[in-house]
Amino acid sequence: MLHIYCPHCCEYREEEEFHVKGQAHLARPLDPDACSDKEWGEYLYFRKNPRGLHHELWVHAAGCRKFFNVTRDTVSYEIKEVYLVGEKPSVVAHSGSAK
Amino acid sequence: MTQKNRLQTGGRINRSKPLSFVYNGKQFKGFEGDTLASAMLANGIDVIGRSFKYSRPRGIVAAGAEEPNAVMQLGATEATQVPNVRATQQELFEGLVSGATNGWPSVDNDLMGIVGKVGGKMMPPGFYYKTFMYPQSMWETYEKFIRKAAGLGSSPLENDPDSYEKINQHCDVLVVGAGPAGLAAALTAGRAGARVILADEQSEFGGSLLGTRETLNGEEAARWVADVTAELAGMKDVMLLPRSTVNGYHDHNFLTIHQRNTDHIADKAPAGQARQTLHRVRAKWVVLATGAHERPLVYGNNDVPGCMIASAVSTYINRYGVVPGNELVVMTTNDGAYQTAFDWQDAGRKVVAIVDTRQNPQGAQVAEASKRGIQLIKGSGIIDVAGSKRVTGVSIAALSADGSAVNGSVTKLSADTVATSGGWSPVIHLAGHTGSRPVWDEKVAGFLPGPTVEKRLIAGAIAGDFTTAGALAQGAEAGRKACAELGMDQPIIELPTTQERVEHPAMTLFHIPHVKKTSEAPKQFVDYQNDVTAAGIELACREGFESIEHVKRYTALGFGTDQGKLGNIAGMAIAAKATGRTIPETGTTIFRPNYTPVTFGALVGRDRGELFDPKRYTAMHKWHVENGALFEDVGQWKRPWYFPKAGETMQQSLDRECKATRESVGILDASTLGKIDIQGKDAREFLGRVYTNAWAKLAVGKCRYGLMCGEDGMVFDDGVTSCLGENHFIMTTTSGGAARVYEWLELYHQTEWPELEVYFNTVTDHWSTMTISGPNSRKLLEELTDADVSNENFGYMDWREMKVAGVPARVFRISFTGELSFEINVQANFGLHVWEKLFEKGAKYNLTPYGTETMHILRAEKGFIIAGQDTDGSVHPYDLGMGWAVSQQKPFSFIGKRGMAREDCVRDNRKQLVGLKTTDPSVVLPEGAQGVFDPKAPIPMPMVGHITSSYWSANLGHSIAMGLVKGGLDRMGEKVYYPLADGRVVEAEICSPIFLDPKGERQNV
Repeated sequence: MLHIYCPHCCEYREEEEFHVKGQAHLARPLDPDACSDKEWGEYLYFRKNPRGLHHELWVHAAGCRKFFNVTRDTVSYEIKEVYLVGEKPSVVAHSGSAK
Repeated sequence: MTQKNRLQTGGRINRSKPLSFVYNGKQFKGFEGDTLASAMLANGIDVIGRSFKYSRPRGIVAAGAEEPNAVMQLGATEATQVPNVRATQQELFEGLVSGATNGWPSVDNDLMGIVGKVGGKMMPPGFYYKTFMYPQSMWETYEKFIRKAAGLGSSPLENDPDSYEKINQHCDVLVVGAGPAGLAAALTAGRAGARVILADEQSEFGGSLLGTRETLNGEEAARWVADVTAELAGMKDVMLLPRSTVNGYHDHNFLTIHQRNTDHIADKAPAGQARQTLHRVRAKWVVLATGAHERPLVYGNNDVPGCMIASAVSTYINRYGVVPGNELVVMTTNDGAYQTAFDWQDAGRKVVAIVDTRQNPQGAQVAEASKRGIQLIKGSGIIDVAGSKRVTGVSIAALSADGSAVNGSVTKLSADTVATSGGWSPVIHLAGHTGSRPVWDEKVAGFLPGPTVEKRLIAGAIAGDFTTAGALAQGAEAGRKACAELGMDQPIIELPTTQERVEHPAMTLFHIPHVKKTSEAPKQFVDYQNDVTAAGIELACREGFESIEHVKRYTALGFGTDQGKLGNIAGMAIAAKATGRTIPETGTTIFRPNYTPVTFGALVGRDRGELFDPKRYTAMHKWHVENGALFEDVGQWKRPWYFPKAGETMQQSLDRECKATRESVGILDASTLGKIDIQGKDAREFLGRVYTNAWAKLAVGKCRYGLMCGEDGMVFDDGVTSCLGENHFIMTTTSGGAARVYEWLELYHQTEWPELEVYFNTVTDHWSTMTISGPNSRKLLEELTDADVSNENFGYMDWREMKVAGVPARVFRISFTGELSFEINVQANFGLHVWEKLFEKGAKYNLTPYGTETMHILRAEKGFIIAGQDTDGSVHPYDLGMGWAVSQQKPFSFIGKRGMAREDCVRDNRKQLVGLKTTDPSVVLPEGAQGVFDPKAPIPMPMVGHITSSYWSANLGHSIAMGLVKGGLDRMGEKVYYPLADGRVVEAEICSPIFLDPKGERQNV
């Protein structure tokens, strides 16, 4: 069970207080109506499934109800960083490496 | 019966406190301090079970958690039955009742044993897969037979009378194992002032020190153990947990500890005590001091009762005062097992020989053996054992220098006990639970914990140092390291002096060869619990199972409650040899929680019965109960389903409730509807983005129905939202969808449109909601309010603030029945008062309470949908014929707009929601029935959609249904056929789903 630092509460809390909402940084297209079906389909359905660093959106559902981002290693389950929505991660995978 | 194997003196048992216990229906005696296993051995019980596959008689092999055979059924009553208890871990108490798990009809006379003997060669690995797979229809029959024959223990048929606890713990350092390493680590961290938890699976601390005659500081080791334990017990931030197995090591240093509080006292926990406690620990640092298990050697017929692990024999003698036999032969690859022969001899029984696989062992132990006059047979191994229910003799042969082949003649010796040692395996299970892969160490001849991302340290035998001095030093060092990481002092504790001896190098050997090749030799067991033999592993490798994970699954090596504690390393070594690889190349399988079995009781704790899941009640629940309501679960809510009167069938109740509502007035407790309070200057804009329809012009005092879609354009919730003030709205959601909708709104606000000033708050529980519906509902409301509720002043889809029955209320003129309706919302704690007042005044209007079932019928008569029943995530508003609820003109591209414009969403022939009227008006179609256009089409018929809602309508005098039909909105008047499971084919005509009052006049009066 993960131990997650909520950047809003500024505390480590148990995983059961949180919901994971999938891949982070999926911006809704500013003009959806201008998107082709293919573009809209990519936004709706296509997600990364990396082995290694993954940026995820979480919500402190049974706590402050705030959303935030988590960079997690999908192999070791280490949480490398938490950061606010709208911020960029400082820990990122090296391009071209599998992990 | 006498305890024929009990010594007169010695051991950590209390001879002045005899205890009686039952095994397989017979009475025996043991002493306080015994385990069930030591008491059984004291009484000379040889056969304690039958093996899983071959049904061979089995005896006790080990003295701890690694015991593979003595897995017992415990319990004096049906309700207190516990399967899968290791006799070696169960402390004896007065009146303990135990039985063998395996063996049918009994362990001493086992029918399946004949199958095992005759069918030995006929039961290779994969036997069950190969034999019982076909025909598939027979599998259930086979499985019952196999399970009964194999005997996997039985669960109680009655409710567990005991209670269990779960506790969340936090600590600086969790020390796992209270042997010399663990005690030194805990003492160091404890003296530094750290919050320490020290857990050990045994009844007392000391670990390996309990079963030896080793001294510390020149005194018996128990003295040092007692001193350290006493000091730790006096520290306020140190928690000592004996009888507590750390069973799981999960991510981010979360560990579970299974503590047995009363299992050593009685069958059932004393009143007021929890039988077991599950500690859920978040530890800043973990020190694993889990020790090592001695490996038995693999040789012919090595499962005959009397074949044991050398150190276990010493433990029984030294700790329990039990010598489990008369004539001992020791076989060893190392110096350690010599001590077992000395312990045995000192106990006054005969050591027949020490068989050492090394060609030329030297040193103190060899000298001691010679001094004691014990016959030493060098460069040899026991290749076979005689006997069936007890060892009667051994066959010994000289081995080649590397131990791979027999190269001498065979000698036979008489003996009843064989103690073997093939070296030690560090107990690395916990270290691997979070994904760290173990690393082979040539010097240790075993796997050590690999690198980890967890904040974990190891000390003692788990780290490959099998000496007491090493364990103490490493434990203290681990304690200091943890303290340093925590920024604490790093005290240096005084370590006791130990007796160390220089050991002659051990030989790496797992499998003793036979004169015949393995496949033809007597069975050489690797994994006793799963009946896996050396020949079986070789066969699996020959059949192409090369990956150790595949070998495991094919042979069952390391399966079950055993988890490969004794057999894994030998099994891997045999697989490595068979595939021409090294052990590290072969690798290990993955250890998973739990280390030893955990009761469901401990996992469940108090979360059972009434406390299993929270139940939510409305403020009027008491009234519903008193008035005979039957309840339906909606999420966690208990909602009245219907209110039967004496003698009524369900249908009669529904007919009465439906008619009373349409003819006069009915009342529904609608408090469970989700309610979200929305405020902020951009609240209106936000609503326009999440709902499909327009909100820009909704005036204060007005209500509007809205559909909510996902980005894919599919409906997922609906409800009425009302404008309370220019920047203030109250949204209602479906009862089950409230939490999801709330999170959805927050998701979009926080991640997409944080620039909008809008705030959400869930207020579902703040309000009691009661809907009065029917032509007399206004009259009833007027009796309880002074406000003007006439149609002129309080129109349809308006809301007003007023006093109802003397308390402040928000009343909404909205309708889910198609009748004149008022939804009265009051502060939740006024709910029951208002509800009762309504009934007081409502008697003359025959005010009738109705539940969810009548609500469903009344809304279906009007063609109103229920999100989640008439929709299933594949239906957009146009499919529902609700295009009127979509505003394509809104400037912002609302959620769902782009999705419902996708090619697939605008094509012809989509499944669309329509009404369905059965040709025979008395037939009520089952919900879920699949429709076809041509009932004579060959099977499989093309299916065109299913029934989503279907009821008997008493008001209309015929059945009504709604369903999805391909192209349904363009097929009005056409027939659809519903072939049912019972063979009937029901014909229905596609119609408008609005069966009653299509113009909507009834609600507008």
